[in-house]
Amino acid sequence: MIASPAECRLSELCIAAAAEAWRDDGEVLATGIGLVPRLAASLAMASFNPELMMTDGEAYLVSEPVPVGPRGDYRPRIEGWMPYARVFDNLWGGRRHAMVTPVQVDRYGQSNISCIGGDFQRPKVQLLGCRGFPGNTVHHANSMFIPQHNARVFVKGEVDMVAGIGYRSERLEPGQRTFIDLRLVVSNLCVMDFGGTDHALRLRSLHPGVRLDEVLDNTGFSLEYPEQLPSTTLPSPEQLALIAELDPHDLRAAIWPDNPPAVPLA
Amino acid sequence: MPLDKMMSAAEVIAELRDGMTIGIGGWGGRRKPMALVREILRSPLRELTVVSYGGPEVGMLCAAGKLRRLIYGFVSLDVIPLEAHFRRARQAGTLEVMELDEGLLQWGLRAAAMRLPFLPARTGLGSDVMRVNPDLATVRSPYADAESLLAMPALTLDAALLHVNRADRRGSSQLLGPDPFFDEWFARAATRCYISCEERVDTSCFDDAQLARVAMPIERSLVNGVVEAPWGAHPTSCAPHYGIDVKHLKEYSATAADDSAWDEWRQRWVDCSPADYLAAAGGAEHIASLPLPVF
Repeated sequence: MIASPAECRLSELCIAAAAEAWRDDGEVLATGIGLVPRLAASLAMASFNPELMMTDGEAYLVSEPVPVGPRGDYRPRIEGWMPYARVFDNLWGGRRHAMVTPVQVDRYGQSNISCIGGDFQRPKVQLLGCRGFPGNTVHHANSMFIPQHNARVFVKGEVDMVAGIGYRSERLEPGQRTFIDLRLVVSNLCVMDFGGTDHALRLRSLHPGVRLDEVLDNTGFSLEYPEQLPSTTLPSPEQLALIAELDPHDLRAAIWPDNPPAVPLA
Repeated sequence: MPLDKMMSAAEVIAELRDGMTIGIGGWGGRRKPMALVREILRSPLRELTVVSYGGPEVGMLCAAGKLRRLIYGFVSLDVIPLEAHFRRARQAGTLEVMELDEGLLQWGLRAAAMRLPFLPARTGLGSDVMRVNPDLATVRSPYADAESLLAMPALTLDAALLHVNRADRRGSSQLLGPDPFFDEWFARAATRCYISCEERVDTSCFDDAQLARVAMPIERSLVNGVVEAPWGAHPTSCAPHYGIDVKHLKEYSATAADDSAWDEWRQRWVDCSPADYLAAAGGAEHIASLPLPVF
Protein backbone atom coordinates (compact mmCIF):
# COMPACT_ATOMS: atom_id res chain seq x y z
CA MET A 1 0.00 0.00 0.00
CA ILE A 2 1.34 3.42 -0.91
CA ALA A 3 1.18 5.90 1.94
CA SER A 4 -0.56 9.18 1.28
CA PRO A 5 1.05 12.57 1.98
CA ALA A 6 -1.56 13.08 4.70
CA GLU A 7 0.07 10.25 6.66
CA CYS A 8 3.57 11.56 6.02
CA ARG A 9 5.88 11.87 9.05
CA LEU A 10 8.37 14.68 9.71
CA SER A 11 11.19 12.17 9.11
CA GLU A 12 9.90 11.51 5.60
CA LEU A 13 9.47 15.21 4.87
CA CYS A 14 13.11 15.79 5.89
CA ILE A 15 14.38 12.79 3.91
CA ALA A 16 12.64 14.00 0.75
CA ALA A 17 13.77 17.61 1.30
CA ALA A 18 17.35 16.48 1.92
CA ALA A 19 17.35 14.25 -1.18
CA GLU A 20 17.00 17.45 -3.25
CA ALA A 21 20.63 18.23 -2.34
CA TRP A 22 21.80 15.64 -4.90
CA ARG A 23 19.25 16.37 -7.66
CA ASP A 24 21.59 18.06 -10.14
CA ASP A 25 24.87 16.43 -9.11
CA GLY A 26 25.24 13.86 -11.86
CA GLU A 27 27.83 11.15 -11.32
CA VAL A 28 29.38 11.82 -7.90
CA LEU A 29 29.85 9.71 -4.78
CA ALA A 30 26.88 10.47 -2.51
CA THR A 31 27.75 9.94 1.14
CA GLY A 32 25.00 10.37 3.73
CA ILE A 33 26.32 10.00 7.29
CA GLY A 34 23.51 9.14 9.71
CA LEU A 35 20.04 7.80 9.05
CA VAL A 36 18.32 10.80 7.41
CA PRO A 37 21.27 11.75 5.16
CA ARG A 38 21.77 8.09 4.16
CA LEU A 39 18.08 7.66 3.29
CA ALA A 40 18.04 11.02 1.52
CA ALA A 41 21.00 10.07 -0.69
CA SER A 42 19.40 6.66 -1.29
CA LEU A 43 16.11 8.27 -2.28
CA ALA A 44 17.90 10.60 -4.70
CA MET A 45 19.74 7.68 -6.31
CA ALA A 46 16.62 5.52 -6.46
CA SER A 47 14.55 8.24 -8.10
CA PHE A 48 15.69 11.42 -9.81
CA ASN A 49 19.48 10.97 -9.92
CA PRO A 50 20.31 7.35 -10.83
CA GLU A 51 23.81 8.48 -11.89
CA LEU A 52 24.86 8.86 -8.23
CA MET A 53 27.38 6.43 -6.78
CA MET A 54 26.97 5.05 -3.29
CA THR A 55 28.60 2.50 -0.99
CA ASP A 56 27.10 -0.22 1.16
CA GLY A 57 28.20 1.86 4.16
CA GLU A 58 31.47 -0.04 4.35
CA ALA A 59 33.72 -0.65 1.34
CA TYR A 60 31.78 -1.62 -1.79
CA LEU A 61 30.13 0.58 -4.38
CA VAL A 62 26.60 -0.62 -5.04
CA SER A 63 24.44 -0.21 -8.13
CA GLU A 64 21.32 0.35 -6.03
CA PRO A 65 21.02 1.84 -2.52
CA VAL A 66 21.27 -0.74 0.26
CA PRO A 67 18.27 -0.68 2.63
CA VAL A 68 19.24 0.42 6.15
CA GLY A 69 19.22 -1.90 9.17
CA PRO A 70 19.36 -5.70 9.31
CA ARG A 71 19.45 -7.02 5.74
CA GLY A 72 17.84 -10.45 6.00
CA ASP A 73 18.18 -12.10 2.59
CA TYR A 74 19.08 -8.85 0.84
CA ARG A 75 22.51 -8.92 -0.77
CA PRO A 76 24.12 -5.61 -1.78
CA ARG A 77 24.51 -5.29 -5.58
CA ILE A 78 28.23 -4.61 -5.84
CA GLU A 79 29.49 -2.54 -8.78
CA GLY A 80 32.91 -1.54 -7.49
CA TRP A 81 35.25 -1.11 -4.52
CA MET A 82 35.63 2.04 -2.44
CA PRO A 83 37.67 1.32 0.71
CA TYR A 84 38.53 4.29 2.93
CA ALA A 85 41.85 4.95 1.18
CA ARG A 86 40.05 5.27 -2.16
CA VAL A 87 37.43 7.53 -0.57
CA PHE A 88 40.26 9.98 0.07
CA ASP A 89 41.53 9.55 -3.49
CA ASN A 90 38.01 10.28 -4.70
CA LEU A 91 37.21 13.19 -2.44
CA TRP A 92 40.51 15.06 -2.85
CA GLY A 93 39.59 15.01 -6.54
CA GLY A 94 36.23 16.57 -5.73
CA ARG A 95 33.80 13.97 -7.11
CA ARG A 96 31.73 13.64 -3.98
CA HIS A 97 28.81 15.28 -2.19
CA ALA A 98 28.44 14.40 1.49
CA MET A 99 25.67 15.19 3.95
CA VAL A 100 26.62 15.23 7.61
CA THR A 101 25.25 16.26 11.00
CA PRO A 102 27.62 18.63 12.78
CA VAL A 103 27.00 19.50 16.44
CA GLN A 104 27.65 23.20 15.73
CA VAL A 105 27.20 25.31 12.58
CA ASP A 106 27.77 29.05 12.25
CA ARG A 107 26.39 31.73 9.94
CA TYR A 108 28.98 31.16 7.22
CA GLY A 109 28.78 27.38 7.36
CA GLN A 110 31.77 26.52 9.52
CA SER A 111 30.99 23.24 11.28
CA ASN A 112 32.18 21.25 14.27
CA ILE A 113 32.11 17.63 15.42
CA SER A 114 35.41 17.69 17.29
CA CYS A 115 34.88 19.09 20.78
CA ILE A 116 32.87 21.75 22.61
CA GLY A 117 33.62 24.32 25.27
CA GLY A 118 36.71 24.93 27.38
CA ASP A 119 39.81 25.31 25.27
CA PHE A 120 41.17 22.86 22.75
CA GLN A 121 43.80 21.46 25.13
CA ARG A 122 41.10 20.75 27.70
CA PRO A 123 37.66 20.75 26.08
CA LYS A 124 34.54 20.62 28.21
CA VAL A 125 33.06 17.92 25.98
CA GLN A 126 35.24 15.80 23.71
CA LEU A 127 33.39 14.37 20.72
CA LEU A 128 34.80 12.49 17.71
CA GLY A 129 37.63 14.71 16.58
CA CYS A 130 37.73 16.44 13.18
CA ARG A 131 37.27 13.21 11.24
CA GLY A 132 37.26 14.06 7.53
CA PHE A 133 35.55 17.44 7.85
CA PRO A 134 38.55 19.66 6.93
CA GLY A 135 39.27 17.65 3.78
CA ASN A 136 35.62 17.19 2.78
CA THR A 137 34.76 20.87 3.03
CA VAL A 138 37.88 22.11 1.26
CA HIS A 139 37.42 19.69 -1.65
CA HIS A 140 33.79 18.94 -2.50
CA ALA A 141 30.10 19.70 -2.04
CA ASN A 142 28.65 19.29 1.43
CA SER A 143 25.13 19.51 2.85
CA MET A 144 23.85 19.14 6.39
CA PHE A 145 20.95 17.65 8.30
CA ILE A 146 20.25 19.08 11.76
CA PRO A 147 17.63 17.16 13.79
CA GLN A 148 17.33 19.77 16.56
CA HIS A 149 17.23 23.30 15.22
CA ASN A 150 18.31 25.50 18.14
CA ALA A 151 20.83 28.19 19.05
CA ARG A 152 23.23 25.65 20.60
CA VAL A 153 23.66 24.12 17.13
CA PHE A 154 23.31 27.27 15.00
CA VAL A 155 25.74 29.23 17.14
CA LYS A 156 26.40 32.93 17.43
CA GLY A 157 29.89 33.91 16.27
CA GLU A 158 32.05 30.96 15.29
CA VAL A 159 31.84 27.26 16.11
CA ASP A 160 34.17 26.19 18.96
CA MET A 161 36.45 24.15 16.69
CA VAL A 162 36.35 24.76 12.95
CA ALA A 163 36.45 21.18 11.64
CA GLY A 164 34.53 21.94 8.47
CA ILE A 165 35.47 25.19 6.75
CA GLY A 166 32.85 27.77 5.82
CA TYR A 167 32.68 30.92 3.73
CA ARG A 168 35.18 32.83 5.88
CA SER A 169 37.80 34.01 3.42
CA GLU A 170 39.69 35.87 6.18
CA ARG A 171 40.72 32.45 7.48
CA LEU A 172 42.67 31.83 4.29
CA GLU A 173 46.09 33.27 3.63
CA PRO A 174 46.92 34.83 0.27
CA GLY A 175 47.42 32.16 -2.38
CA GLN A 176 45.34 29.51 -0.60
CA ARG A 177 42.65 27.98 -2.74
CA THR A 178 39.63 25.94 -1.76
CA PHE A 179 36.79 24.24 -3.59
CA ILE A 180 34.29 25.07 -0.86
CA ASP A 181 30.73 24.33 -1.97
CA LEU A 182 28.17 24.28 0.83
CA ARG A 183 24.73 23.35 -0.42
CA LEU A 184 21.60 22.51 1.48
CA VAL A 185 20.87 22.56 5.22
CA VAL A 186 17.74 20.70 6.30
CA SER A 187 16.59 20.94 9.92
CA ASN A 188 13.52 19.75 11.79
CA LEU A 189 12.05 23.22 11.19
CA CYS A 190 13.09 24.35 7.73
CA VAL A 191 15.28 24.15 4.64
CA MET A 192 18.18 26.59 4.23
CA ASP A 193 21.11 27.26 1.91
CA PHE A 194 24.14 29.53 1.75
CA GLY A 195 22.67 31.98 -0.76
CA GLY A 196 22.58 34.91 1.69
CA THR A 197 24.85 37.97 1.74
CA ASP A 198 28.47 36.84 1.33
CA HIS A 199 27.26 33.22 1.43
CA ALA A 200 25.49 33.60 4.78
CA LEU A 201 22.96 30.95 5.75
CA ARG A 202 19.53 31.80 4.32
CA LEU A 203 16.07 30.38 4.82
CA ARG A 204 14.45 28.73 1.79
CA SER A 205 11.30 27.08 3.08
CA LEU A 206 9.49 26.43 6.34
CA HIS A 207 8.21 22.96 7.15
CA PRO A 208 4.40 22.83 7.38
CA GLY A 209 3.12 24.44 10.60
CA VAL A 210 6.48 26.08 11.49
CA ARG A 211 6.41 29.86 12.06
CA LEU A 212 9.17 32.19 10.86
CA ASP A 213 9.77 33.60 14.36
CA GLU A 214 10.21 30.07 15.70
CA VAL A 215 13.11 29.54 13.30
CA LEU A 216 14.65 32.95 13.91
CA ASP A 217 14.39 32.57 17.71
CA ASN A 218 16.12 29.20 17.54
CA THR A 219 19.03 30.42 15.40
CA GLY A 220 21.96 32.01 17.24
CA PHE A 221 22.69 34.49 14.47
CA SER A 222 20.75 36.70 12.10
CA LEU A 223 19.21 34.35 9.54
CA GLU A 224 18.32 35.91 6.20
CA TYR A 225 14.99 35.07 4.62
CA PRO A 226 13.14 36.01 1.42
CA GLU A 227 9.88 37.94 1.38
CA GLN A 228 7.97 34.98 0.05
CA LEU A 229 8.60 31.89 2.16
CA PRO A 230 7.24 28.70 0.63
CA SER A 231 6.28 25.64 2.62
CA THR A 232 8.64 22.67 2.28
CA THR A 233 7.22 20.32 -0.33
CA LEU A 234 5.66 17.14 1.01
CA PRO A 235 7.00 13.90 -0.47
CA SER A 236 4.93 12.31 -3.22
CA PRO A 237 3.24 8.93 -2.66
CA GLU A 238 5.94 7.41 -4.88
CA GLN A 239 8.68 8.92 -2.73
CA LEU A 240 7.00 7.68 0.44
CA ALA A 241 6.85 4.20 -1.02
CA LEU A 242 10.55 4.34 -1.92
CA ILE A 243 11.46 5.57 1.57
CA ALA A 244 9.54 2.63 3.06
CA GLU A 245 11.52 0.24 0.82
CA LEU A 246 14.84 1.85 1.72
CA ASP A 247 14.02 1.76 5.46
CA PRO A 248 12.10 -1.53 5.79
CA HIS A 249 12.42 -1.64 9.61
CA ASP A 250 11.04 1.91 10.02
CA LEU A 251 14.18 3.08 11.85
CA ARG A 252 13.09 6.60 10.89
CA ALA A 253 10.20 6.36 13.37
CA ALA A 254 12.73 6.72 16.22
CA ILE A 255 14.49 9.91 15.07
CA TRP A 256 12.26 12.10 17.21
CA PRO A 257 10.09 11.17 20.21
CA ASP A 258 6.52 10.31 19.17
CA ASN A 259 7.46 10.21 15.46
CA PRO A 260 5.77 13.55 14.69
CA PRO A 261 3.69 14.02 11.52
CA ALA A 262 4.97 16.27 8.72
CA VAL A 263 1.88 18.42 9.00
CA PRO A 264 1.06 19.12 12.68
CA LEU A 265 -2.50 18.28 13.65
CA ALA A 266 -4.55 21.44 13.89
CA MET B 1 63.10 -21.42 3.89
CA PRO B 2 65.40 -19.95 6.52
CA LEU B 3 63.56 -16.68 7.08
CA ASP B 4 61.67 -17.00 10.38
CA LYS B 5 60.08 -13.93 11.95
CA MET B 6 57.85 -15.69 14.46
CA MET B 7 57.83 -13.99 17.86
CA SER B 8 55.67 -13.92 20.95
CA ALA B 9 53.64 -10.82 21.75
CA ALA B 10 55.87 -10.23 24.78
CA GLU B 11 58.99 -10.42 22.60
CA VAL B 12 57.55 -7.80 20.24
CA ILE B 13 56.70 -5.40 23.03
CA ALA B 14 60.13 -5.96 24.61
CA GLU B 15 61.64 -4.43 21.46
CA LEU B 16 59.76 -1.16 22.07
CA ARG B 17 61.18 1.63 24.22
CA ASP B 18 59.77 4.44 26.36
CA GLY B 19 58.97 7.55 24.35
CA MET B 20 58.67 5.77 21.01
CA THR B 21 56.17 6.76 18.31
CA ILE B 22 53.95 3.75 17.61
CA GLY B 23 51.47 3.44 14.73
CA ILE B 24 48.49 1.17 15.31
CA GLY B 25 46.63 -0.29 12.34
CA GLY B 26 42.92 -1.02 11.88
CA TRP B 27 40.16 1.55 12.01
CA GLY B 28 37.94 2.52 14.96
CA GLY B 29 36.34 -0.69 16.21
CA ARG B 30 37.76 -2.81 13.41
CA ARG B 31 40.81 -5.08 13.13
CA LYS B 32 42.88 -3.54 15.91
CA PRO B 33 45.95 -5.49 17.11
CA MET B 34 44.43 -5.82 20.58
CA ALA B 35 46.54 -8.79 21.74
CA LEU B 36 49.66 -6.68 21.13
CA VAL B 37 48.03 -3.65 22.77
CA ARG B 38 47.20 -5.69 25.88
CA GLU B 39 50.86 -6.70 25.99
CA ILE B 40 51.77 -2.99 26.03
CA LEU B 41 49.25 -2.44 28.83
CA ARG B 42 51.03 -5.15 30.87
CA SER B 43 54.49 -3.77 30.11
CA PRO B 44 56.41 -1.00 31.89
CA LEU B 45 56.41 1.08 28.66
CA ARG B 46 55.49 4.73 29.09
CA GLU B 47 55.50 8.15 27.43
CA LEU B 48 54.43 6.70 24.09
CA THR B 49 53.24 8.72 21.11
CA VAL B 50 50.51 6.84 19.26
CA VAL B 51 49.36 7.44 15.68
CA SER B 52 45.99 5.84 14.96
CA TYR B 53 42.61 5.77 13.29
CA GLY B 54 41.59 5.51 16.88
CA GLY B 55 39.51 2.80 18.49
CA PRO B 56 39.44 1.17 21.94
CA GLU B 57 43.21 0.76 22.02
CA VAL B 58 43.53 4.53 22.38
CA GLY B 59 41.20 4.66 25.39
CA MET B 60 42.90 1.67 27.02
CA LEU B 61 46.36 3.19 26.57
CA CYS B 62 45.01 6.47 28.03
CA ALA B 63 43.46 4.67 31.00
CA ALA B 64 46.69 2.75 31.68
CA GLY B 65 48.75 5.96 31.59
CA LYS B 66 50.87 4.83 28.64
CA LEU B 67 50.39 7.84 26.37
CA ARG B 68 52.24 11.09 26.27
CA ARG B 69 50.86 12.17 22.92
CA LEU B 70 48.18 11.10 20.47
CA ILE B 71 48.09 11.85 16.73
CA TYR B 72 44.61 11.13 15.36
CA GLY B 73 41.71 12.26 13.18
CA PHE B 74 39.03 10.68 15.36
CA VAL B 75 38.62 8.14 18.14
CA SER B 76 35.50 5.97 17.94
CA LEU B 77 34.28 2.46 18.74
CA ASP B 78 32.07 2.45 15.59
CA VAL B 79 29.03 0.83 17.22
CA ILE B 80 29.53 3.17 20.19
CA PRO B 81 30.32 6.49 18.49
CA LEU B 82 32.42 8.07 21.26
CA GLU B 83 35.38 6.54 23.15
CA ALA B 84 34.81 7.05 26.88
CA HIS B 85 38.40 6.78 28.15
CA PHE B 86 39.76 8.99 25.38
CA ARG B 87 37.09 11.59 26.23
CA ARG B 88 38.01 11.39 29.89
CA ALA B 89 41.69 12.01 29.15
CA ARG B 90 40.89 14.90 26.82
CA GLN B 91 38.46 16.50 29.23
CA ALA B 92 41.06 16.22 32.01
CA GLY B 93 43.53 18.07 29.76
CA THR B 94 46.20 15.43 30.43
CA LEU B 95 46.85 14.29 26.87
CA GLU B 96 49.10 16.08 24.41
CA VAL B 97 47.42 15.82 21.03
CA MET B 98 47.83 16.47 17.32
CA GLU B 99 44.29 16.37 15.94
CA LEU B 100 44.22 16.12 12.15
CA ASP B 101 41.83 15.44 9.34
CA GLU B 102 41.85 11.66 8.80
CA GLY B 103 43.04 12.11 5.21
CA LEU B 104 45.97 14.20 6.43
CA LEU B 105 46.88 11.37 8.78
CA GLN B 106 47.43 8.99 5.84
CA TRP B 107 49.19 11.80 3.96
CA GLY B 108 51.70 12.09 6.82
CA LEU B 109 52.21 8.32 6.79
CA ARG B 110 52.72 8.37 3.01
CA ALA B 111 55.31 11.14 3.35
CA ALA B 112 57.16 9.06 5.93
CA ALA B 113 56.88 5.99 3.68
CA MET B 114 58.62 7.89 0.86
CA ARG B 115 61.18 9.44 3.22
CA LEU B 116 59.93 12.90 2.29
CA PRO B 117 59.81 15.71 4.87
CA PHE B 118 56.23 16.58 3.91
CA LEU B 119 53.51 16.24 1.31
CA PRO B 120 51.43 19.22 0.17
CA ALA B 121 47.67 19.29 0.66
CA ARG B 122 44.70 21.63 0.61
CA THR B 123 43.10 19.69 3.42
CA GLY B 124 43.33 21.64 6.65
CA LEU B 125 43.47 25.10 5.08
CA GLY B 126 40.91 27.46 6.61
CA SER B 127 40.18 25.06 9.46
CA ASP B 128 41.21 24.99 13.11
CA VAL B 129 43.56 22.11 12.33
CA MET B 130 45.98 24.96 11.57
CA ARG B 131 45.17 26.81 14.82
CA VAL B 132 45.46 23.87 17.22
CA ASN B 133 48.65 22.59 15.56
CA PRO B 134 50.77 25.73 15.34
CA ASP B 135 53.74 23.69 14.11
CA LEU B 136 51.95 22.98 10.82
CA ALA B 137 53.47 25.16 8.11
CA THR B 138 52.43 26.08 4.60
CA VAL B 139 54.53 25.85 1.46
CA ARG B 140 54.23 27.81 -1.76
CA SER B 141 54.05 26.05 -5.10
CA PRO B 142 57.18 26.85 -7.16
CA TYR B 143 55.11 26.81 -10.35
CA ALA B 144 53.12 29.57 -12.03
CA ASP B 145 50.07 29.00 -9.81
CA ALA B 146 52.11 29.97 -6.71
CA GLU B 147 49.43 28.31 -4.61
CA SER B 148 49.94 28.14 -0.85
CA LEU B 149 49.41 24.64 0.53
CA LEU B 150 49.61 22.87 3.86
CA ALA B 151 52.90 20.98 4.18
CA MET B 152 51.80 17.87 6.03
CA PRO B 153 54.91 16.66 7.89
CA ALA B 154 55.98 13.03 7.65
CA LEU B 155 54.60 10.91 10.49
CA THR B 156 57.61 8.64 10.86
CA LEU B 157 56.96 5.72 13.18
CA ASP B 158 59.46 3.87 15.34
CA ALA B 159 57.16 0.87 15.12
CA ALA B 160 53.86 -0.19 13.58
CA LEU B 161 51.56 -2.80 15.13
CA LEU B 162 49.00 -4.46 12.84
CA HIS B 163 46.58 -7.36 13.03
CA VAL B 164 46.03 -9.39 9.85
CA ASN B 165 43.96 -12.41 8.89
CA ARG B 166 46.77 -14.66 7.73
CA ALA B 167 50.53 -14.55 7.82
CA ASP B 168 53.38 -16.92 7.20
CA ARG B 169 56.58 -17.09 9.19
CA ARG B 170 58.41 -15.05 6.55
CA GLY B 171 56.09 -12.05 7.06
CA SER B 172 53.82 -12.29 4.01
CA SER B 173 50.20 -11.68 4.92
CA GLN B 174 46.64 -11.38 3.69
CA LEU B 175 43.93 -8.93 4.72
CA LEU B 176 40.63 -10.67 3.98
CA GLY B 177 38.10 -8.09 5.19
CA PRO B 178 36.32 -5.70 2.84
CA ASP B 179 38.65 -2.79 3.70
CA PRO B 180 42.42 -2.99 4.22
CA PHE B 181 42.26 0.44 5.94
CA PHE B 182 45.65 2.17 6.13
CA ASP B 183 47.73 -0.73 7.43
CA GLU B 184 49.98 -0.59 4.37
CA TRP B 185 50.95 2.99 5.12
CA PHE B 186 51.57 2.31 8.80
CA ALA B 187 53.90 -0.50 7.71
CA ARG B 188 55.73 1.69 5.19
CA ALA B 189 56.02 4.65 7.58
CA ALA B 190 57.59 2.54 10.31
CA THR B 191 61.18 1.67 11.03
CA ARG B 192 59.97 -1.66 12.38
CA CYS B 193 56.64 -3.38 11.77
CA TYR B 194 55.09 -6.22 13.76
CA ILE B 195 52.00 -8.09 12.69
CA SER B 196 49.79 -10.39 14.71
CA CYS B 197 47.68 -12.85 12.74
CA GLU B 198 44.47 -14.78 13.18
CA GLU B 199 46.01 -17.73 11.44
CA ARG B 200 49.60 -18.73 10.71
CA VAL B 201 49.74 -20.40 7.33
CA ASP B 202 52.25 -22.01 5.04
CA THR B 203 53.62 -19.76 2.29
CA SER B 204 51.95 -21.98 -0.31
CA CYS B 205 48.58 -20.62 0.92
CA PHE B 206 49.44 -17.30 -0.73
CA ASP B 207 49.73 -18.87 -4.19
CA ASP B 208 46.50 -17.23 -5.38
CA ALA B 209 46.83 -14.52 -8.03
CA GLN B 210 43.38 -13.01 -7.46
CA LEU B 211 43.91 -12.53 -3.72
CA ALA B 212 47.52 -11.45 -4.18
CA ARG B 213 46.35 -8.40 -6.12
CA VAL B 214 43.82 -7.07 -3.60
CA ALA B 215 44.52 -8.69 -0.25
CA MET B 216 48.31 -8.46 0.09
CA PRO B 217 49.32 -4.78 0.27
CA ILE B 218 52.19 -5.39 2.71
CA GLU B 219 55.22 -7.15 1.22
CA ARG B 220 57.25 -9.20 3.68
CA SER B 221 60.34 -6.99 3.62
CA LEU B 222 58.30 -4.45 5.59
CA VAL B 223 57.64 -6.92 8.39
CA ASN B 224 60.05 -7.56 11.27
CA GLY B 225 57.99 -9.88 13.43
CA VAL B 226 54.95 -12.15 13.16
CA VAL B 227 52.88 -13.11 16.20
CA GLU B 228 50.33 -15.90 16.09
CA ALA B 229 47.33 -14.44 17.90
CA PRO B 230 43.99 -16.05 17.06
CA TRP B 231 41.08 -13.81 18.17
CA GLY B 232 43.78 -11.16 18.58
CA ALA B 233 41.55 -8.30 17.44
CA HIS B 234 38.86 -8.96 20.06
CA PRO B 235 36.87 -6.92 21.17
CA THR B 236 37.21 -5.19 17.78
CA SER B 237 36.10 -7.01 14.64
CA CYS B 238 38.21 -9.06 12.27
CA ALA B 239 36.18 -9.59 9.11
CA PRO B 240 35.33 -12.10 7.81
CA HIS B 241 36.08 -14.13 10.97
CA TYR B 242 34.18 -12.24 13.69
CA GLY B 243 32.35 -9.02 14.46
CA ILE B 244 32.64 -6.36 17.15
CA ASP B 245 31.94 -7.52 20.74
CA VAL B 246 29.42 -4.80 21.53
CA LYS B 247 28.61 -6.06 25.02
CA HIS B 248 32.29 -6.15 25.92
CA LEU B 249 32.86 -2.63 24.61
CA LYS B 250 29.87 -1.32 26.55
CA GLU B 251 31.28 -2.78 29.77
CA TYR B 252 34.68 -1.35 28.94
CA SER B 253 33.19 2.09 28.21
CA ALA B 254 31.39 2.10 31.57
CA THR B 255 34.74 1.76 33.36
CA ALA B 256 35.62 5.35 32.44
CA ALA B 257 33.26 6.44 35.21
CA ASP B 258 35.86 5.97 37.97
CA ASP B 259 39.37 4.64 38.62
CA SER B 260 38.32 1.60 40.61
CA ALA B 261 36.08 0.40 37.80
CA TRP B 262 39.03 0.56 35.40
CA ASP B 263 41.27 -1.23 37.92
CA GLU B 264 38.78 -4.06 38.18
CA TRP B 265 38.38 -4.24 34.42
CA ARG B 266 42.12 -4.25 33.99
CA GLN B 267 42.58 -7.15 36.41
CA ARG B 268 40.00 -9.18 34.55
CA TRP B 269 40.89 -8.37 30.94
CA VAL B 270 44.53 -7.24 30.90
CA ASP B 271 46.41 -8.86 33.76
CA CYS B 272 45.68 -12.35 32.52
CA SER B 273 47.04 -14.89 30.05
CA PRO B 274 45.71 -15.08 26.49
CA ALA B 275 44.06 -18.41 27.41
CA ASP B 276 42.27 -16.86 30.41
CA TYR B 277 41.27 -13.90 28.26
CA LEU B 278 39.75 -16.15 25.63
CA ALA B 279 37.85 -18.14 28.26
CA ALA B 280 36.55 -14.94 29.92
CA ALA B 281 35.45 -13.60 26.53
CA GLY B 282 33.27 -16.68 26.08
CA GLY B 283 35.69 -18.89 24.18
CA ALA B 284 36.55 -19.24 20.52
CA GLU B 285 33.10 -20.38 19.50
CA HIS B 286 31.47 -17.36 21.06
CA ILE B 287 33.85 -14.88 19.43
CA ALA B 288 33.42 -16.65 16.09
CA SER B 289 29.67 -16.17 16.44
CA LEU B 290 29.85 -12.39 16.98
CA PRO B 291 27.98 -10.96 13.99
CA LEU B 292 29.87 -8.75 11.57
CA PRO B 293 28.66 -5.16 11.87
CA VAL B 294 26.23 -3.84 9.27
CA PHE B 295 26.91 -0.20 8.44
